[in-house]
Amino acid sequence: MTDRIAIEKKVLSENDRLAGEIRVQLQARRIVALNLVSSPGSGKTSLLEKTIGALSGSVRMALIAGDVQTENDANRLKRAGGKLVRPIVTGGACHLDAKMITRALGELDIENIDLLFVENVGNLVCPASYDLGEDMKVVLISTTEGDDKPLKYPSMFRRSSAMVINKIDLMGFSDFDLMQVRRNALMINGNLNIFETSCRTGAGLDSWYDWLRRLIAAKRA
Amino acid sequence: MHELSIASSIVETVTAEMLSRGLTSIGKVGLRIGALTNVDPEALRFGYETMVVDTPLAGSTLEIESLPVKAICRKCGLSFEAHDFIFICPNCESGDNEVTQGQELEIAFLEAD
Ligand SMILES: Nc1nc2c(ncn2[C@@H]2O[C@H](COP(=O)(O)OP(=O)(O)O)[C@@H](O)[C@H]2O)c(=O)[nH]1
Ligand SMILES: [Mg+2]
Ligand SMILES: [Zn+2]
Repeated sequence: MTDRIAIEKKVLSENDRLAGEIRVQLQARRIVALNLVSSPGSGKTSLLEKTIGALSGSVRMALIAGDVQTENDANRLKRAGGKLVRPIVTGGACHLDAKMITRALGELDIENIDLLFVENVGNLVCPASYDLGEDMKVVLISTTEGDDKPLKYPSMFRRSSAMVINKIDLMGFSDFDLMQVRRNALMINGNLNIFETSCRTGAGLDSWYDWLRRLIAAKRA
Repeated sequence: MHELSIASSIVETVTAEMLSRGLTSIGKVGLRIGALTNVDPEALRFGYETMVVDTPLAGSTLEIESLPVKAICRKCGLSFEAHDFIFICPNCESGDNEVTQGQELEIAFLEAD
């Protein structure tokens, strides 16, 4: 007879604990925190460059840019005018975890900011499991990817609160169907806020900025 | 592949449990994994078994219980299984619902050797 010992422990309980601490720390300062996730190349860094350009006059922002090998994205965000920017080089890991965010936040002066962006590693699978203490995940998909992406990566679309469909300027060069991607995403998550944007032409970005402003206002209320 | 980092979190947790319970070896680790977690059981098993070689957990195996995704409709209250991750209420067709099962990533039990 072997003895079975009941344990009942979450595997990622240590990550969840740290994420909880981050959430408390951000909430105390009334900071809106968004975790941006997508496949590589969908346009996370481009969307952040645009957002810095448009909002840095009125919104105080900090940005953490995760990458597997380089600090290129963090450097792009600084060049775009980002003042509080920290890179996280994961050295191979396919996702950011709460411990990395805790360390990055320790190196940023977040005392007076309104909005924290975390650009996650380009990957639609692994980042879904790791809570970073964010208010919401925002998933990006671009029109050069398949419109069945939500069905292939349901976990990420389910756990996200908003979906940005980027590169709409390239519509027509592929068989990407906007209505189809919306339908697919909404079957998985009926509460998704959906934006259609082009970081090339600027189309659709105003409603994205408005949504960010509303989140910040709601946080302060 | 996050299965490797998940395997290493399992190893850490089990090692701590063995220490606190005075166990010197272990036969089986029971896991409960929801279908919404994106964890591939075979990749996880492989990562775990590779990782425990030359540790006190050597020779132990994972017993994985897979849980389907379930949700409860916020509109009509029906509990339903979200086959193929389609979260549309089969009764009222609302897409407003809450996941009640499928996000588990838990260690359920240990079996001493
Ligand atoms: N045509 C077009 N190209 C874009 C758009 N957004 C980003 N890109 C390009 O797509 C590539 C990947 O963008 P990047 O922001 O680095 O993606 P990330 O990997 O998600 O951070 C870059 O060459 C961008 O210039 C867009 O809306 N339209
Ligand atoms: Mg990037
Ligand atoms: Zn219903």
